[in-house]
Amino acid sequence: MSGSLLGKDLLGLAGLSREQITTILDVAEPLKEISERKIKKVPTLRGMTVVNLFFEPSTRTRISFEFAEKRMSADTVNVASSGSSVSKGETLVDTARNLEAMRIDMVVVRHAGSGAARFLAERIESNVINAGDGTCEHPTQGLLDLLTLRDKLGSLEGKRVCICGDVLHSRVARSNIWGLQAMGAEVAVCGPRSLLPGAVREMGTGVQVFDRIEAAIEWADALNILRLQLERMHGGYIPSLREYNRVFGVTRARLERAPRDIIILHPGPMNRGVEIDSDVADGPHSVILNQVTNGVAVRMAVLYLLAGGRAALADAAKQGGAA
Amino acid sequence: MSAPSPKPLLLKGARLVDPSQGLDAVGDLLVVDGKVAAIGGTIAGPDDARVVNCAGQVVAPGMIDVHVHLREPGREDVETVASGAHAAAAGGFTGVCAMPNTKPVTDNQATVGFVKRQGEAAGFARVYPYGAISLGMQGETLAEFGEMVAAGAVAVSDDGRPVENSHLMRTALEYSQTFGIPVVEHCEVMALAEGGSMNEGIVSARLGLKGIPAEAEEIDVARCILLAKLTGGHVHLCHLSTKGSVDLVRWGKDQGVNVTAEVCSHHISLTEDAVEGFNTNAKMNPPLRTQRDVEALQAGLKDGTIDLLVTDHAPHHYDEKEREFADAPNGIVGLETALGVNITWLVETGILTIPQLVDRMACLPAKVFHLPGGTLAKGSLADITVFDPRREWVVDPSKFKSKGRNTPYGGRQLRGLATCTIVGGRVVHELTD
Amino acid sequence: MSQTTNVVLNARAVARTISRMADEILELNDGSDNLIIVGVQRRGVQIAERLAEVIREREGAEIPRGALDITLYRDDLQTVGPRPVVGQTHLPSALEGKVVVIVDDVLYTGRTIRAALDELADFGRPARIMLAVLVDRGGRELPIHADVVGKRLDVPRGGRVDVLVPSLDQRDEVVLLGAST
Repeated sequence: MSGSLLGKDLLGLAGLSREQITTILDVAEPLKEISERKIKKVPTLRGMTVVNLFFEPSTRTRISFEFAEKRMSADTVNVASSGSSVSKGETLVDTARNLEAMRIDMVVVRHAGSGAARFLAERIESNVINAGDGTCEHPTQGLLDLLTLRDKLGSLEGKRVCICGDVLHSRVARSNIWGLQAMGAEVAVCGPRSLLPGAVREMGTGVQVFDRIEAAIEWADALNILRLQLERMHGGYIPSLREYNRVFGVTRARLERAPRDIIILHPGPMNRGVEIDSDVADGPHSVILNQVTNGVAVRMAVLYLLAGGRAALADAAKQGGAA
Repeated sequence: MSAPSPKPLLLKGARLVDPSQGLDAVGDLLVVDGKVAAIGGTIAGPDDARVVNCAGQVVAPGMIDVHVHLREPGREDVETVASGAHAAAAGGFTGVCAMPNTKPVTDNQATVGFVKRQGEAAGFARVYPYGAISLGMQGETLAEFGEMVAAGAVAVSDDGRPVENSHLMRTALEYSQTFGIPVVEHCEVMALAEGGSMNEGIVSARLGLKGIPAEAEEIDVARCILLAKLTGGHVHLCHLSTKGSVDLVRWGKDQGVNVTAEVCSHHISLTEDAVEGFNTNAKMNPPLRTQRDVEALQAGLKDGTIDLLVTDHAPHHYDEKEREFADAPNGIVGLETALGVNITWLVETGILTIPQLVDRMACLPAKVFHLPGGTLAKGSLADITVFDPRREWVVDPSKFKSKGRNTPYGGRQLRGLATCTIVGGRVVHELTD
Repeated sequence: MSQTTNVVLNARAVARTISRMADEILELNDGSDNLIIVGVQRRGVQIAERLAEVIREREGAEIPRGALDITLYRDDLQTVGPRPVVGQTHLPSALEGKVVVIVDDVLYTGRTIRAALDELADFGRPARIMLAVLVDRGGRELPIHADVVGKRLDVPRGGRVDVLVPSLDQRDEVVLLGAST
């Protein structure tokens, strides 16, 4: 019922081994070429139905998944809903079961509640890919960040990566921490203490904390700069975006004082002038657009690795009926 | 009870444990006309007495759980006074105090009287209603303590929420002294706890769930102790969950403040690790904390800083718990697992002896809340718990008498089980196997 | 059941066979104009390299080379599951007007070549496609036919043909593994 490498679902990077992550990245690598062809399609997932179930609005992630699915020849259905199951009438359980009754193969789910992807995966037989659940994980983002870093740095073993910004509320940060640690990188975070989890130093195999961006720049081989959400200001975590940029903003001047060429990543969308200045985002060290390209390849790899091996489905197809 | 007087009961060969009399010896106990007629030694009962062989069993004053939610009026779909009282009896309890966060809130004599009568009609464990501290539990104006007490309320609480306004809390502590009742506080600073769904710590950081820091409870614990000190009133602190809270209560008692405290069975047995996998049956308020907190709570029970064991029995509908973690309601049931959990984690581990456990589950609840029972002295009310402290059993939520099935102990093996529960001389529960 | 291993072509025999195959390709194409040699991953790529080398010696012409990985075009994803290792696919130029020689090590059921034809179709429309294989072991499940064959082999039931190449296997030969009682 599942690809044996990853099991039935991809819910997060926590608990994935270095071998598993390396395999996903290795599979993604040759898939990049497909997006460069004139006919950007391979027939691999032909006949499979994938539902993009997005309870939180998202343009870039959903589009990236849609491209990945379509380029693998899968049939894609987008379901957009907003709000939690409580406020919207149909529970997550019911949504899941309804989808299952329509015999879909895979669900890509984004939801505002941490643990929602696991909740779904435990209740339906289809493969579930977590496209972001609350503040818990965003595994495909973590993977594309790892692939982008690997492209630039070679191996990740012993490399130093600092995640900058609102780590407390970030699922991207968490997935990155688990993935980087699994690949043997050293991980640090940099941001105002009010936006870092109290127990951050003990996360996984240990995370360093830098209180000032200058110290992080001095230390790191790469910076993964998180988007600062405006709600954090309303929530009273920081006094103003202006101060955030003054103290923590990654500016060209700060980067120029770096002892080495630092790679700049950002999951997007960017708040230019807040966490990252335009001349950095568009500058020579930025791999932000590579991240986007790699995102499609990584998602294709994940779809591919979770698919197939369904003997029952194949038998039913041979008999000419639906399973 | 309007039923005719039950037949006399002769409990033979039990380990009689009654801390109120300093009793811990093997012997018999005779119940006649709903009262303890004789206790200790060998007793030859009247001919028409029903003889119950209690070899290997402990016979103790009936256990009383001063913190349960019976959901009636308003949520009869998840529990009623009757089903809750039945669950209590099945767990070995002869009495429970029912929290007032019902719909409508139990903040007046009519609702208090209703809950009391529902309990009497059910005929299982005795049900002592709480009244709310404030009208509608809004935290603004005092409810009518006098009227509620006259209708049967034994204490006041806004449990589920703290009384945020310190002036109101002070006034409640002063006013309660007129009626000799404790003011029972759910300790939580809402501004620190808002949006949180588990303990704030490494597990919440890892799972990406907003956490509730220990200080959210401890700050209110400190406030209540100081207000009790100021007013001389009796404050009873609900479901302590942190080491800091235990330390503060210890300080308060040293200062001579009239503060008492309780701890739930789940807080002395489980930690935040039970939330792993986003298990909503490990979600309650206050949340499960760390091993360090568990040990401090156990020590607090042992040295008497914490007076009582309770359950905070909080049934929820399966559908409500079958949700994303942050959206699921707080609370687990506890009446039918409490004795087993307490014996497994406190007695088997040597932290409490059986008499000490009985003290904290039967004698002290009666004493602290001025309730009848808590003793087996000759002539006292025959509210009795008979239990087998060595019996092993596996928790099967589908067999609960409670309508709620939301327990984290499902499938676990526990040691210790009530075999016979007697209220006013009537057997309201007994094991058939 | 024990396995017998039989070296059907040793290194020198392989070299001679490849040499003859190159000649046949040039004969069929009437020279080396517009030729593109595309090897099927993985060992087909090695054979393609060697063919191109022979043609370079013969004609003095450098034939453009490509590689095709057909993993994503397989028709057995549902039954067998994904194969994690997907190799590189690259083609040297647009295919219009070209003669593409697909090169593989062993031709058996024909499904690999079907997948290769599908994949090539996604890249363009060559003037002609030819198939050159080092070993044809029969057992076709699809109507696929090789234009240039190195060696025809009859493989007994339960047997297998392996083409071993220096860069991957540190050996240069074709072996037949037969099951025998």
